[in-house]
Amino acid sequence: MASPTETVQAPAATEPIRVSAAPAAAAAGGVPAEKEEIAFDVRNFNMWYGQRQALIDVTMRIAARKVTAIIGPSGCGKSTFIRALNRMHDMTPGTRLEGSVKHFGADLYGPDVDATAVRRRVGMVFQKSNPFPTMSIADNVLVGLRLNGVRDRSVLQARLEECLRMAALWDEVKDLLHRPGTSLSGGQQQRLCIARSLAVQPDTLLMDEPCSALDPIATTKIEELIQALREQYTVVIVTHNMQQAARCSDRTAFFYMGRLIEFDETRKIFTSPTNPQTEAYVSGRFG
Amino acid sequence: MAASPYLPTPRYARWRKWKSGAITGVLVACALAVIAPLFLVIYFLVARGSSSLDWNFFTQLPKPTGELGGGMANAIVGTLILLSMAAAIGVPFGVFGGIYLAEYGSDRFNYWIRFAADVLNGVPSIVWGMVIYLVLVVPFKTFSAYAGGVALGLMMVPLVMRTTEEVLVLVPQSYREAAMALGITRWKVITVIVVRTALKGIATGVIVALARIAGETAPLLFTALGNSFWSHNLNEPISALPLQIFAYGLSPYDDWHRQAWAGALVLMALILALNITVRILSRDRKSAA
Repeated sequence: MASPTETVQAPAATEPIRVSAAPAAAAAGGVPAEKEEIAFDVRNFNMWYGQRQALIDVTMRIAARKVTAIIGPSGCGKSTFIRALNRMHDMTPGTRLEGSVKHFGADLYGPDVDATAVRRRVGMVFQKSNPFPTMSIADNVLVGLRLNGVRDRSVLQARLEECLRMAALWDEVKDLLHRPGTSLSGGQQQRLCIARSLAVQPDTLLMDEPCSALDPIATTKIEELIQALREQYTVVIVTHNMQQAARCSDRTAFFYMGRLIEFDETRKIFTSPTNPQTEAYVSGRFG
Repeated sequence: MAASPYLPTPRYARWRKWKSGAITGVLVACALAVIAPLFLVIYFLVARGSSSLDWNFFTQLPKPTGELGGGMANAIVGTLILLSMAAAIGVPFGVFGGIYLAEYGSDRFNYWIRFAADVLNGVPSIVWGMVIYLVLVVPFKTFSAYAGGVALGLMMVPLVMRTTEEVLVLVPQSYREAAMALGITRWKVITVIVVRTALKGIATGVIVALARIAGETAPLLFTALGNSFWSHNLNEPISALPLQIFAYGLSPYDDWHRQAWAGALVLMALILALNITVRILSRDRKSAA
């Protein structure tokens, strides 16, 4: 496994050209016209796996405390994109990137940025639920806090209940807190993973197809949860399911072949998209 | 009635049945041939050794030939001491080395480390004994428990290292990612999440390695040497079951031969116990996964 310093391009050489970035932002990422807080300001972002370029010149401004859905056919770079938002690519050998990503104004890929600190603020929920198999339900929720040095039992206890309630799981597991996390059903495990992410008090939650392995009832629960989270959190969700994007997001971005094709209010993307490729995709003619 | 196209002719069916039976028979015979020697070993050890196994064997020092009684208490304790010393070297170096191979390092560098570990695994045990003799016995001018422990410990390192690496690599990447996404530092991700998940596998590897070296005689001949008395100082020669068995087995005395068989039985029981522990550990691992 390569060390993080090898996988992250030195930013000095790749300072974004801000003059040319502005028109691009107006074209593709140009939703936030009114004054609203920006969670992620992505500019001229390019990424490569070895020789293959996975993201091409993505410029996009993701609003704070809104749900932003990323849609697109398989291999279009949507997962690659959200994994770049909390530096998950640091672990993958052979990745290279250019451009800049700012989170609430702070550069995520600056020279001295501590990726661990980034991930504490930008949490992630994965496609396949992955509670730690050696830990109880309670330990799964609290592991992030514990390993970040929180020792106070009353704090931990309070956080445990709060997070499980936020993840709409408390009533189902309050008497089973010491059972293994892996003893839960698939949908419950995914909500446990969400509770685990919330425990470290991030301000942003990235979700990489969180419902693709779940049945419709469990999916509904997760979607309700996303609705509840939008009050306090910025949520970016990658989904294969266009109905899901339509149901639970405020804005939708359509990616195709590594490029951001169109980014607008969800309603607009699904009713009157500007780009013919977007129109073809959301009407189910390809992908 | 028209013959079904899916049924073979009776003659062909008979031949096929016979062939199938013959090959199954050969396979069963080969499988039995594998386990037969184990029963042979256990039979002879019990038949020859159990008569000399008594309380004294576990509590007393060896006695001169002709005198009744006497035991191998010093050799049993010596083996346990040597195994502890070997573990003190083999476990930290092996486990940390395995963590490095699985979680850090470049592909190129790790390739050579793995290659070296595999070569080390193949170094004959007598060669280990000779090398440690030169390095730790000759300069200090004495055979010692230290030298024996180091010889066994160095034999353990590559074994533990490779099994640790293998079980760590088996931990799904998704657990690492989940932990990273919680803002947990890399070292804690590795220790608290990855190693913890693979702990039973690592313990299994350590015990398998201990079982492998517990019966080693050759590396101890040049290092621990053996001792007919209690050794109170790790800087002195120390006895071990394989050494005592070797010495008694070569002797011309019948009563020593009987003691050697009893020693072999005890050593075998120790190794069997280690292997059963491994079985229990790895069964739990499968049910948890």
